[in-house]
Amino acid sequence: MPNLVQPIEPPPAAGAGGRIRAVLAGNPNSGKTTLFNALTGARQHVGNYAGVTVEKITGVCRLGQTVFDLVDLPGAYSLTAYSAEERVARDVLIRDRPDVVIAVVDASNLERNLYLAVQILEMGSPLVLALNMADLAAARGISFDLELLRKLLGVRIVPTVGHKGTGMSDLLAAAAETARSERRPAPLRIAYGAEIEGEIGILERRLAALPQAPAGIPARWLAVKLLEGDADVGERLADPGLQAAAAEAAHRLESALGDTPEALIADRRYGFISGTCHEALRAAAESRLSASDRIDAIATHRVAGLPIFLGLMYGVFQLTFTLGAPPMEWLDAAFNALADAVGGLWPPGAASPLRSLLVDGVIRGVGGVLVFLPNILLLFLAIAALEDSGYMARAAFLMDRLMHKMGLHGKSFVPMLIGFGCSVPAILATRTLESRRDRLTTMLVVPLMSCGARLPIYALLIPAFFAERWHGPMLWLIYLIGIALAVLCARILKRTLLRGETPPFVMELPPYRLPTFRSVGIHMWNRGGAYLRKAGTVILGISILLWAMQQWPGPPAAEAQALEARRAAVERLPEGDGARAEQLAALDAAEAGAALRASLMGRIGRGLEPALRPCGFDWKLSTAMIGAFAAKEVFVSQMGIIYALGEGQNEESAPLRERLRADYTPLVGFCVMLFCLISAPCMATSAVTRRESGSWRWALFQLGGLTALAWVVTAAVYQIGRLLA
Amino acid sequence: MSQASIQASAGTMPLTAARAGQRVRISAIAAGHGLRARLCALGLTPGLSAEVVSVGAGPVILSVMGSRLMLGHGMAVRVLVRPLAACVRPPS
Repeated sequence: MPNLVQPIEPPPAAGAGGRIRAVLAGNPNSGKTTLFNALTGARQHVGNYAGVTVEKITGVCRLGQTVFDLVDLPGAYSLTAYSAEERVARDVLIRDRPDVVIAVVDASNLERNLYLAVQILEMGSPLVLALNMADLAAARGISFDLELLRKLLGVRIVPTVGHKGTGMSDLLAAAAETARSERRPAPLRIAYGAEIEGEIGILERRLAALPQAPAGIPARWLAVKLLEGDADVGERLADPGLQAAAAEAAHRLESALGDTPEALIADRRYGFISGTCHEALRAAAESRLSASDRIDAIATHRVAGLPIFLGLMYGVFQLTFTLGAPPMEWLDAAFNALADAVGGLWPPGAASPLRSLLVDGVIRGVGGVLVFLPNILLLFLAIAALEDSGYMARAAFLMDRLMHKMGLHGKSFVPMLIGFGCSVPAILATRTLESRRDRLTTMLVVPLMSCGARLPIYALLIPAFFAERWHGPMLWLIYLIGIALAVLCARILKRTLLRGETPPFVMELPPYRLPTFRSVGIHMWNRGGAYLRKAGTVILGISILLWAMQQWPGPPAAEAQALEARRAAVERLPEGDGARAEQLAALDAAEAGAALRASLMGRIGRGLEPALRPCGFDWKLSTAMIGAFAAKEVFVSQMGIIYALGEGQNEESAPLRERLRADYTPLVGFCVMLFCLISAPCMATSAVTRRESGSWRWALFQLGGLTALAWVVTAAVYQIGRLLA
Repeated sequence: MSQASIQASAGTMPLTAARAGQRVRISAIAAGHGLRARLCALGLTPGLSAEVVSVGAGPVILSVMGSRLMLGHGMAVRVLVRPLAACVRPPS
């Protein structure tokens, strides 16, 4: 970030034919992002606690001949940066000096929303006000005298309805006019009162005396920020004398006026805003209890609130499992059909590596992941609907206490919920956490929320080892163990490595509203997209790698020859003989099993066996674990191959279950599930953790830590179980 | 009076001690600089009146300037308020 004191180059002139650089600024709940989507047609996130990421979101739109380069700034309440988002918003405004700032305000919540706009006006930026959600305001009986408002604030004002796309062209026209107008607007001056104005004057004179005066930013604005104690501005100006002077000024003001300068300044700003609104707004008498409040009386009720929430969560999970089952079956059948179709391109019995790669490596590998898409999309759909309706904010309210006991922030709750679908979008969702410590802790424990990919493992093992009536409870037990471990780990982490205060929880509660299909769809797709991308990239790559590891080197020569001989014998049988087909299939399976045992993967599995024996695993399970390490879903198909039941075994497979039951005790079955639950998250999760945490250290810590934890817990359970048996 | 030594002056109480439906005036906020700035930006400045919508063992919901703010318990405890007698107030 450039030092404020260095001269900043003037931005390119917004000529009649030139492109206009505009930014959208506004509060998190102002509907800014929906407006951005309406203008640019791009797909973005709209949420409260979910917030907007700190990435730069850009787009292009045009009005007639004019082209606008738009940037959607992160939502901010003020230009005094309290969070990383606000810092980014402020930096873009100061450093990039856009041609025009479109300030998006929620018309039904005007006073708070104007706070940011007023600060931007004090900076002297060319501004257009988009009075958004104008329809909601009208419905609430609020009416505006636009002309008066325009005069009082000195800006063009355009009423808009973002989610309907109303007012867009008027807005762009006003923005173009503002950007192109020859006269730079005078910065807004708010009268802060005699004492504060005096101190501002003193600081302004000092700023003028700086060797390199900051270009383009009014000295008054800088002086006010310094008085407010804005650490960023103080640092950027890098003049200790100045900072000392500001501190002294603040001290004087506190003694004289009995309150901190930032409180006084904020008060005066709101005073100005309040006065403005009082003149230009006509509000219908506010009903004491709005509909939202009435719903909240129940939703956040001391006694009923939590059970209602738990009931809703239970409903959500039921929905995803039951509604998701039929599509999953269709997808499964479709992938099988595809595998057969591709396999059929080669003459039967031909042993072609390419065919094997395509059918066993790619289609089975990636298909295994994609089969879960309906399940996961439904979960994300439910979460998106709850978010959009505003209920999630209340849920964060209810969970806050609990999260706090875990040492986490209330906002950690949503990523953990998403983690039940897939860890990848869950880790992306931790962006909303302001404190880095909280963010890291959440990222590290999110994989313990048993994700959708582990389901086939449970679906295979639970029926194999436990009686029917235990199926449901066992599944719940696994999930609960995951949650309990997450709580434990979070607490330990927050007390040791990531020690620190959790920032206090303060949040704006949006009123309840009916979610729209469009925005819910967009959210669902954003998160589902992360899952799909994981499948398309990491899992595809891993599937091919695994396939390769399974093939080479082949079985020892003697064994290979013996199998060859058997094959030749079977092929001499007449075509159409039923036994022939059966025996060929059995031979295929035997060959695959032999290949796996002798392959690189099999060797690694056997190498790992001593390490995993305390957990009750033999080389077969160890080998399958390697695959699971890469992508959980692969565990089941790996087991199928190991047992020489041929490729393409899935968790429904009765023969596989029988073999497992024959070879292992229920204790071992349970231990396998435990290990899969806790141990290293899949490769995709590691990759995302590395990206979001910014370093390999944390991703490796997550990997190593969880695997070690898995080993310890599983070994303990196994050994104790054996003693008890 | 530095922020570190803000004492509860007579008649003030932490926000968590208020009752649902009560109108209060913010008296002082015993919090660090950055957090106070955030609260100021949200409109919670000393001298401001607000209505307590919900208060309990967990977070507190306040009605401020026509919209709702939610404060975690740890935060609400640090907001010192003075109860206001029920009065007619022009809608804002």
